[in-house]
Amino acid sequence: MVNSLFEEKLGSNEFLVTTEIGPPKGVDISEMVHHIDLLKEKVDAINVTDHQSSMMRFPSVGGCFLIKERGGEPILQMTCRDRNRLALQADLLLAYSRGITNVLCLTGDCVDVGDHKEAKPVFDLDSVQLLKMIRTMESGTDVAGNALKGVPKFCLGASVHPEADFIDPQLVKFEKKVTAGAQFFQTQGIFDLVSLRRFMQFASPFNVKILAGIIVLASARMARYMNDNVPGIIVSQAIIDELTNAEKGKGLQKGIEIAARFVKTIKEEKLCHGVHIMAVGSERIVPDILEAAQVSGAHR
Amino acid sequence: MIIAQPKPLEETRRMITPYQRVLIVGCGTCMTVCDAGGEHEVSYLRNALQVAQARSGNGTHTFSEYTLKRQCDSEFLNLLADKVGDVDAILSLGCGIGVQAIAEHFPDIPVLPGVNTSFMGMAKEWGVWDERCAACGDCRLEETAGICPITRCTKGILNGPCAGTKNGKCEANKDADCAWVLIYKRLERLGQLDKMRRYYPPRNFRTIPRPKRLVSKVNINTGGDNG
Repeated sequence: MVNSLFEEKLGSNEFLVTTEIGPPKGVDISEMVHHIDLLKEKVDAINVTDHQSSMMRFPSVGGCFLIKERGGEPILQMTCRDRNRLALQADLLLAYSRGITNVLCLTGDCVDVGDHKEAKPVFDLDSVQLLKMIRTMESGTDVAGNALKGVPKFCLGASVHPEADFIDPQLVKFEKKVTAGAQFFQTQGIFDLVSLRRFMQFASPFNVKILAGIIVLASARMARYMNDNVPGIIVSQAIIDELTNAEKGKGLQKGIEIAARFVKTIKEEKLCHGVHIMAVGSERIVPDILEAAQVSGAHR
Repeated sequence: MIIAQPKPLEETRRMITPYQRVLIVGCGTCMTVCDAGGEHEVSYLRNALQVAQARSGNGTHTFSEYTLKRQCDSEFLNLLADKVGDVDAILSLGCGIGVQAIAEHFPDIPVLPGVNTSFMGMAKEWGVWDERCAACGDCRLEETAGICPITRCTKGILNGPCAGTKNGKCEANKDADCAWVLIYKRLERLGQLDKMRRYYPPRNFRTIPRPKRLVSKVNINTGGDNG
């Protein structure tokens, strides 16, 4: 039995496209609503980030409510950074009760990289334990073994980092996530298709769907900033050079072009099962990327 | 051993403000080794407080000093009995345990902490100490090749590295090694990578109830096993 439209698509041979939106820092949700309406019919599902980069924001589950209300397909991002096992389970029950059944299970960035550096990091669970805990809930008990009144069912995803400079322990963890119950993976930003090809050789035998993470870069400066400050991001020199050589004032356009090229190549060469586009604050340009990559609308 | 750092002088000056006669008490064990509160630091702090007082022009405090072999044992604290008769406060340069031990031993005298107790660690090189144990009460070092992920991974996670590691370093601190990269490499070296592939369930925080108490099972009359 499938629990969501997205899960149904995971079971097909469709080339999948997901994207993500970052909720606002505050209660003005108008821009988020605008992005939801702009994207909901152009992609298979929309992630809502969970205090991305440890910056306090409107909650991910709240963003997912809005997507659901507006007829879109949400993926709830859940990190272990801010909630212990009680709070994580409670939020999952809430999400399920409102029809939110796609969950991306993440450990979460360190508090130190965010805007509330003095907060107490929780990390009661890690991403593998979170996956396993949710599967336990689906079997009818909470993680402490008490019976649940009404049992939820989810479609679970996780992340993987194919471009890690020391990949071996990441691959071990990938395998543990699959065993713990992950059905799909959205990768960290891919900036070099060689590493994606290599990773897919490893990942192909597993019965999971891999969506390559595409981060849209608006300038060489942004690329360098991400290399220096964003956990796990390694933008290749070739991409930085391409952005540096872009015509003045046309950085974002170049970024769209690069992202579209990656999407197109990944789709044409069937490198993996789909893409996850992260526009990091420029959600409005996602349709342009899809159009340039010729994946917009036609296949869905 | 326990690692601590001296408190900023201004904070110490604020703490002692209400008290005229202050006894500064050092600790001869961990605090001496980590340069935070041994005999040398007691003397240095006394001088610094006196100089600051002279400069400020309101000389209200008088200081005395003494360094115990250990502040956390009452047998040593007895040595303070004849030194505290006329003091208004004790400024302890012991770790948080020393401060509390003195407070219990002398219930009528205010005790002030002169250091910030930081962690349990080991000397990495001269003047550098690294945290190595969180006293979590549930030691996993057999599973992790003798490298503690609870203290050495910023997130204290149990099932492998997060995706934030770069160049083998931690996402939170580019100078710190990623514990899970170290664990992986050492398990590989020991031929024990199967330990990395195992699933480790969430930690049981009931193993670390606070406050902790350890009761030795050794019979002091007959000897026997400890635990």
